[in-house]
Amino acid sequence: MTDTPMKVVVDCATGESTTVPLTEAELTQREIDRVAFEATEAERKAAEQAKENLKASANAKLLALGLTEAEVAALTA
Amino acid sequence: MTMQLIETKTLGTAAASITFTSIPQDGTDLVLLGLVRTARPLANDFVDLRFNGDNTDANYSARVVIGNGSSAFSFTENSYIGDVNGDTSTADTFSSISVYTLNYRGATTKLSLVDTVSEANATTALQTLLSRLWNNTGAITSMEIGFTAAGSNLVAGSTFSLYKITKGSDGIVTTSTT
Repeated sequence: MTDTPMKVVVDCATGESTTVPLTEAELTQREIDRVAFEATEAERKAAEQAKENLKASANAKLLALGLTEAEVAALTA
Repeated sequence: MTMQLIETKTLGTAAASITFTSIPQDGTDLVLLGLVRTARPLANDFVDLRFNGDNTDANYSARVVIGNGSSAFSFTENSYIGDVNGDTSTADTFSSISVYTLNYRGATTKLSLVDTVSEANATTALQTLLSRLWNNTGAITSMEIGFTAAGSNLVAGSTFSLYKITKGSDGIVTTSTT
């Protein structure tokens, strides 16, 4: 049997905390959120990788021009 | 500047989210500080923050800058407030989260300033800085910190502390009610 996810609710007026199961609506919302966020995350990761690839390419070209590693690092820092 | 602790909670067992309700309506700004780790089998998981039970992502808009120690990237998001340590990050390490929400009782949209660091005592550590707007003019009475990945839980030991900052009658001096 799959355990129902639980959430903790802290009442700031009384200081009491309770642990309650997520409702069906909350579970559905979590799944919707997960799909939406993972799509955004995939786009972000792709953009990061593309940027890293460009940096590596640029560094290689600078080295080929005769700059030292230290000069390339200083230039791109 | 004086901050007064409203409530603090350390999870004794894993939970999908933690919600602070009945937030006192006598402060000026809110500060949420947290130590977070999730059970998702990744090095980095993500966390979101919502106010007053508002689960409509479109009501939140964030401009994010994230650095990984060698590069920085910017993007837009909604209720996301940062990348945090997941289950495959270095054992027993937690991310730190700081959320400063200005004028939480004011009749304007709500601005939050966030910084999150996924410190795992490793080569790569993600630092997330973002400013976020909640498109609602009502007072903030509750806030929920949770995760958008189904099946992802906050692990035991994750801790959140909620503070209020109160300004004096001259609008400058802050007073402590302790």
